[in-house]
Amino acid sequence: MQRFDELDRASIKTDLPAFRAGDTVKVHVKVVEGTRSRIQVFQGVVIRRHGGGIGETFTVRKVSFGVGVERTFPLHTPIIDRIEVVSRGDVRRAKLYYLRDLRGKAAKIKEKRDTPVAR
Amino acid sequence: MTSTATKTQKGLLGTKLGMTQVWDETNRLVPVTVIQAGPCVVTQVRDAGRDGYAAVQLGYGAIDPRKVTQPLAGHFEKAGVTPRRHLVELRTADAGEYTLGQELGADTFEAGQVVDVTGTTKGKGFAGVMKRHGFKGVSSSHGSHRNHRKPGSIGGASTPGRVFKGMRMAGRMGGVRQTTQNLTIQAVDAEKGLLLVKGAVPGPRGAVVLIRSAAKGA
Repeated sequence: MQRFDELDRASIKTDLPAFRAGDTVKVHVKVVEGTRSRIQVFQGVVIRRHGGGIGETFTVRKVSFGVGVERTFPLHTPIIDRIEVVSRGDVRRAKLYYLRDLRGKAAKIKEKRDTPVAR
Repeated sequence: MTSTATKTQKGLLGTKLGMTQVWDETNRLVPVTVIQAGPCVVTQVRDAGRDGYAAVQLGYGAIDPRKVTQPLAGHFEKAGVTPRRHLVELRTADAGEYTLGQELGADTFEAGQVVDVTGTTKGKGFAGVMKRHGFKGVSSSHGSHRNHRKPGSIGGASTPGRVFKGMRMAGRMGGVRQTTQNLTIQAVDAEKGLLLVKGAVPGPRGAVVLIRSAAKGA
């Protein structure tokens, strides 16, 4: 989307941390209730990043009271106050849709080690 | 003479640049079409006395002056402007307020205004009835054989003994002039000459479109 680089730059955020599918993130979402606005945290595993440019989105999945909850955010939406990466996941897919069919310990994602294990 | 009195309307020619999205002040995502609107110049002003109706003629787009026919070159010279590629006439009651050679930019419109956008739709080539007219087609199973996207029956038999005129059939689709009405202007960038119109407008990227004040509604 080079055509609207200048137009999009106004909305594109540059302060986002690098994260990918498999990472556990805390998304700080601005919630407006009437006149008051507060920050709500949505923590879960990123199961996909989709699209590019101004239209890029990502989906966070968490299991809340035994029910799987997925929330898709536009990456550059102003309602996101900030994104915090809690842990890096060690995954071999870009889209982790298989997590939807897994429960409990099977749905756990291994944490990525920064230093690769010596052979 | 038309029975309805000509309304006051504003208009601009522009180029469709494409679509993107912006967030409005309530953080809602708005799909917008970006239009490079203007600069247009007034090439002729028509008044009721001489021409029988009030209108203003706008020119837009660069053209090699050598390519302009002599009659048109004279027309542009009369207005005191360099030749333009596209000309359009805009019926408006306040045509008298325009002057020859006057430049019009994107600031003709302001955010929140409702406009109609006219353009030439993308050509679809020879299209079948399902794509062209939204027919349902024929069942995909239950014994259908090589019949799935066909129109089905197109009329009676020996009575009436012919196919009625205007029967919707396959044929050339797209590439026709179309007006999309009542689009809201999301933002105006007068400096760059950009109009951000909420929603889609006819035509491919790079096509010339005409933006006018909405004919219907407030």
